[in-house]
Amino acid sequence: MTTATALRSRHLLGIEDLDAAEIDLILETALAMKEVGARPIKKVPTLRGRTVVNLFFEPSTRTRMSFELAEKRLSADTLGMTTVGSSVVKGETLSDTARTIEAMAPDIIVMRHGSSGAPHQLARVCKASIINAGDGTHEHPTQALLDAFTIRERKGRLQGLRVAIVGDLVHSRVLRSNLWLLTKVGASVVVCGPATLVPPGLERMGVEVTNDLDRALDGADVVMMLRVQHERMHGLFLPSVREYFTLFGLTPARMKRAAPEAIVMHPGPMNRGVEIDSDVADGPWSVILDQVANGVAVRMAVLYLLAGGEDS
Amino acid sequence: MSKFEVTSSKLEVLLKNVHVIDPVAGRNGLFDLLVSSGQVARVGRDLPADGVRVVELPAGCVVVPGLIDIHVHLREPGQEHKETIATGTASAVAGGFTAVACMPNTDPINDTASVTQYIVKRAAESALARVYPIGAVSMGSNGEQLTEIGDLRAAGCVAITDDGRPVASALLMRRALEYASMFRIPVIDHCEDPSLKGDGVAHEGAVASMLGLKGIPGAAESVMVERDISMAELTGGHVHIAHMSARQSLRAVRTGKERGITVTAEVTPHHFVLTDEALRERGGYDTNTKMNPPLREEADRVAMIDGLADGSIDVIATDHAPHHADEKGLEYDRAPFGIVGLETCVPLCIDRLVHAGVIGLPRLVELLSANPARVLGLPGGTIAEGATADLTILAPDQTVTIRASQLRSKSKNTPFDGWALKGAVAATIVGGRLVYVNSEMNLRHL
Repeated sequence: MTTATALRSRHLLGIEDLDAAEIDLILETALAMKEVGARPIKKVPTLRGRTVVNLFFEPSTRTRMSFELAEKRLSADTLGMTTVGSSVVKGETLSDTARTIEAMAPDIIVMRHGSSGAPHQLARVCKASIINAGDGTHEHPTQALLDAFTIRERKGRLQGLRVAIVGDLVHSRVLRSNLWLLTKVGASVVVCGPATLVPPGLERMGVEVTNDLDRALDGADVVMMLRVQHERMHGLFLPSVREYFTLFGLTPARMKRAAPEAIVMHPGPMNRGVEIDSDVADGPWSVILDQVANGVAVRMAVLYLLAGGEDS
Repeated sequence: MSKFEVTSSKLEVLLKNVHVIDPVAGRNGLFDLLVSSGQVARVGRDLPADGVRVVELPAGCVVVPGLIDIHVHLREPGQEHKETIATGTASAVAGGFTAVACMPNTDPINDTASVTQYIVKRAAESALARVYPIGAVSMGSNGEQLTEIGDLRAAGCVAITDDGRPVASALLMRRALEYASMFRIPVIDHCEDPSLKGDGVAHEGAVASMLGLKGIPGAAESVMVERDISMAELTGGHVHIAHMSARQSLRAVRTGKERGITVTAEVTPHHFVLTDEALRERGGYDTNTKMNPPLREEADRVAMIDGLADGSIDVIATDHAPHHADEKGLEYDRAPFGIVGLETCVPLCIDRLVHAGVIGLPRLVELLSANPARVLGLPGGTIAEGATADLTILAPDQTVTIRASQLRSKSKNTPFDGWALKGAVAATIVGGRLVYVNSEMNLRHL
């Protein structure tokens, strides 16, 4: 792998656009950022004088807090705007909203939106760098990066690992970002979910697809559980919570199929007793809280690199 | 030689030694064409000038029967910010179409004769091309009560459809086919099972999966195409499948035709030129790649090409669907479906079908003129002596570059902006009047 010293794009719209060297650069940078978080004074002046707007069109607690903390630790000036639903609800188009924000001359816009592709559309009209903090069911790149960081921290590598991703695949932006990332860095990926929640054509992304959890767990070094929304549970997707847990719930007994020293991840928020048994979530396999902690470091790295790295 | 220019008066000219392609009349060669009093007075060889101006066309021009687009949204009445009958027909003639059939999903919906009469009146006042209204199948296109189809027919409607929406109920489809057959007009169906479509916005497949867009499977279309063919068989009525896009639908249409059922089908240029890969291009999520039915995958695109070549598909229609930039500027899942198509159709067809070696020009003229006339029972589709002079002059070897900003349509929502294509419209003549001349070509200074 060649070494990257900067990111090619001024936006982070998705993992799809990154190459393995850029992913490595972000993860290496995050290591240094994690060290900042371990100091008694957890703040560096790197982004002093820079303005970051957190533009959230969808409710978010975890991702938003993580970004805010990352921005503050880098000394950026931050302001937030949360508006639930599309801009169209207010009779404003997405590009109008963008231009309004743009008029305040931010350097970086961190954007969460319920529509897939909304940050891509905004990136075409905005001068600021855009960080996708989750768009519809498309991508959530910083989540995949923090997942990779966490895996590397525990396993020392990504290449050659067996990763099982289990749950509601069709509605998951975490899934798509992780598929791009893990296949780019040479991990072997199997995805597993009920047939009603598997999007067609995933094989084209270079992953195995199965509806059999035991098969997916066989020899897995990493098990990523995806959240299943309650509203999917009583309709045409799934008959019941009970049956879902029976077929796809991760229990200590099932974890026996995984590789020794396997780790279990979850992007949160978890549905205990739906996709994951508490004994697993709180058990020796779980790195779920490491993911949260690492999220701040990874987001600091992304903000730093998009702001221009060392030269700025 | 005399000048050839846009004028409000009717041409009195002898087009001398021009290449005429008219499959219905079996013509493909050099002919003289006498245009007089709004009619094609004579077609033949070595015709005398008889005192009228003699015009020769630049080399490479081909005169064909006026093109007819049977699937156009003119948006008037009610959505004049997107298009009007005046701008829509200006777009039509610039695209080589001498006639268009306009869809009833206006505001109000064309479900009563008074709306039809309004469209006919506005067309008489402002249209550059002939306008044939299509009425609704059901009141408000809400799938419950049949419209007064006899009344609509008498007011000028040439077909019925709830386009934009499917005829969801099989029983309504049955009754519509039975009732419309009394007036010998087809029922045009936008085939799409509403439950399978759900709130999908893109073709269900690998691309939509990667982009995180909700999918609409090809089967959402074909399940209703199959139903409609069964209903046409049951009733003896004529069902016309609008904007067919899925390979499964084509299979059903082929089988239906083999069984002698009265089913015809159209396909749009975008469905045989583009695939869902377009959704990933130009930075991704360009809402000008959002249409209904969605751009499908390569196997479907290839199937549509095959259907055009082997005769299973009867008509090329554009589904010209103008939308304002503010509407198309919304998020991908919220932006309206549709693109403009009138001015990009001929270049796409000639470039991608004729120059690509899929079909010859005569077959293209069938698809764009003769068959549209036959499917809707319209005049035209051939250059007959004594018939109205609705003519299109094509320049198949002229290269054009599509410029969205230059389109005559009021809306500019096209995914083909910047495309260079070989195949142009040189001029359009409606009722003997020259209504469009391509300013890039040397027709003005003959």
